[in-house]
Amino acid sequence: MTVKRPIVATAVTLIAIAAVFLIAPQIYGNRSLLLSMLTFVALAQGLNLLYGFTGYLPFGYVGFFGAGAYATSLLVLHSGIPVLGCVVLGGVTAVLVGLILGPLLRLSGAYFSIANLAASQILFNIVSNQDLSSITGGPYGLKIDKVYNLPAAYLAMLAVALIATALAAYLRFSRFGLGMRAVKQDETSAAMAGINVVRGRLIVWLLSAAIAGLAGGIYAWSLSVFYPDAVFTLQISVFAIVFALFGGVGTVVGPVLGAIVLDALYNGVGISTPQYFEFIYGGLIVLLVLFLPNGMMSLLTRRGVRVI
Amino acid sequence: MSLLEYALVGGILYGVFFALVALGLNLIFGVMRIINLAHGQFVLLGGYGAYLLSRDLHANPLYGIPLAMLGAIVIGIPLFTVVPRLQKSSDPEMLSFILFFGVAQMIDAVLTSVFGADQRSLPQDALGAGNVSVFGQAFPDSWWVAACASALCAFGLFLYFTRTRLGFATRAIMANREEAFATGIDVERVSAIAFIMGLALAGTAGVFVPYLLGSISPDIGNELTTTSFAVIIIGSLGNPLGTIIGGLVFGIGTLFMQTFFPSWSNLVPYALLVIIVLIKPAGLFGRSVRTA
Repeated sequence: MTVKRPIVATAVTLIAIAAVFLIAPQIYGNRSLLLSMLTFVALAQGLNLLYGFTGYLPFGYVGFFGAGAYATSLLVLHSGIPVLGCVVLGGVTAVLVGLILGPLLRLSGAYFSIANLAASQILFNIVSNQDLSSITGGPYGLKIDKVYNLPAAYLAMLAVALIATALAAYLRFSRFGLGMRAVKQDETSAAMAGINVVRGRLIVWLLSAAIAGLAGGIYAWSLSVFYPDAVFTLQISVFAIVFALFGGVGTVVGPVLGAIVLDALYNGVGISTPQYFEFIYGGLIVLLVLFLPNGMMSLLTRRGVRVI
Repeated sequence: MSLLEYALVGGILYGVFFALVALGLNLIFGVMRIINLAHGQFVLLGGYGAYLLSRDLHANPLYGIPLAMLGAIVIGIPLFTVVPRLQKSSDPEMLSFILFFGVAQMIDAVLTSVFGADQRSLPQDALGAGNVSVFGQAFPDSWWVAACASALCAFGLFLYFTRTRLGFATRAIMANREEAFATGIDVERVSAIAFIMGLALAGTAGVFVPYLLGSISPDIGNELTTTSFAVIIIGSLGNPLGTIIGGLVFGIGTLFMQTFFPSWSNLVPYALLVIIVLIKPAGLFGRSVRTA
């Protein structure tokens, strides 16, 4: 389905997201819940960049998130850089981790996912190791409450979510993105048509890593005191995957709506009895895979509605 | 030198057992070319089955093994009817992967609501209260029983593959699904049997997990899945003897780390997995790896 004016559509989407999340704190008081929702908007969108446009599903996505959180916090503790600079460097750290893990992209679908999951577990085990307590705080976590500023962190997270959405729009409409979708469908034919498969895939992978790293840094900033489990729990990957799939991967607005709807549901029923929510979204995944593999957005596209 | 011997003997027992944990995953992958991401959760189901038997009926946890086989049939048939539906889609491998991920989440949730998040263990003396010593290294009877049961299962699978018609058909499907179909093999039926056998093996392994790991809790499911995956990658896919070797490498590696660098031992399966995948992906994965 072609969208007639991609730039206008993208701008409208970005303004709508910004407006919703700028007005929301005036209506709903719990800003840290809203921030966690924004975190998942950013993560679902960051995961969508990779899964939606290259077909690689990163089960260890949380590894970048945790790397960003730890790099940011350690910089806040040990360097004089202002906190926003630390967040940016957290994103850079995630990109470096992505470069180191780049060879994983040689693997196909499910192998990549599991190797990526293992890589994130390695990061977690290193960071939370008792023997490294003097550097990373080990299992006792880190404390950066000196720079705690929830409203500022909220705005920063909104910025990351918007950047991620803009990147998704870029992949959705640009020549580069079109090339990547060709690679996703048929790698060999795309390579023969002159698309640099390896380079393109690596770029998207690093962009996706940067989003998770930035989100992780800001999340750590908003928590100010955290244990390694808080930023490395597999649940973060899982939520990002489910939210993105629910909304519809490969679209621009799908993951955003998926994250908003399901995170609200989670906050409604999930926090008091997490196992019910876990059951519901486990079932949701099964149903989505069987009946709606392209997410909620495909309900609209099937009816001829143009969706970006 | 007793530490070295401890790590070696323990590693062999631990490794043979983990070969059993991974065997079911390997079988299902080999035949159906899908990764059962809920594998660890199926292992846990077997463990909780044994736990229920021993808590409520005061039965020997070993009766959990026939229970696991029954459970594999009850759960496996409805699941199997769903999977072929995916084979028609554009990316069946990835979709089935995600599907089983959803199944894993549901099993996790059910286990947590029924049994709680606490760690559960089985009575220590149910598989023999004593120790068996080799090279002066004593290990509890339960470790020996688990290792023997694993060896028996692997041997049984070996006989199935080399002595029965169904086993021949299974190997044919592993080698080439289309050609197996073309020669008149009932691919659906043989796959279904392999799928159920894989689940039964997972459940059987689960019965021993509380002994080898000390306890079971719903949150170790994913860890069991990744460990199993590491084991089958170290060995080779579709070959039960390869899985035994993978298990031994993993087991001895883990026990050595636990003995000499205890705080780093959790890294073993993940590090082995990533290293092997990166160094020698094509040799260990066969056709499923991209060259780009």
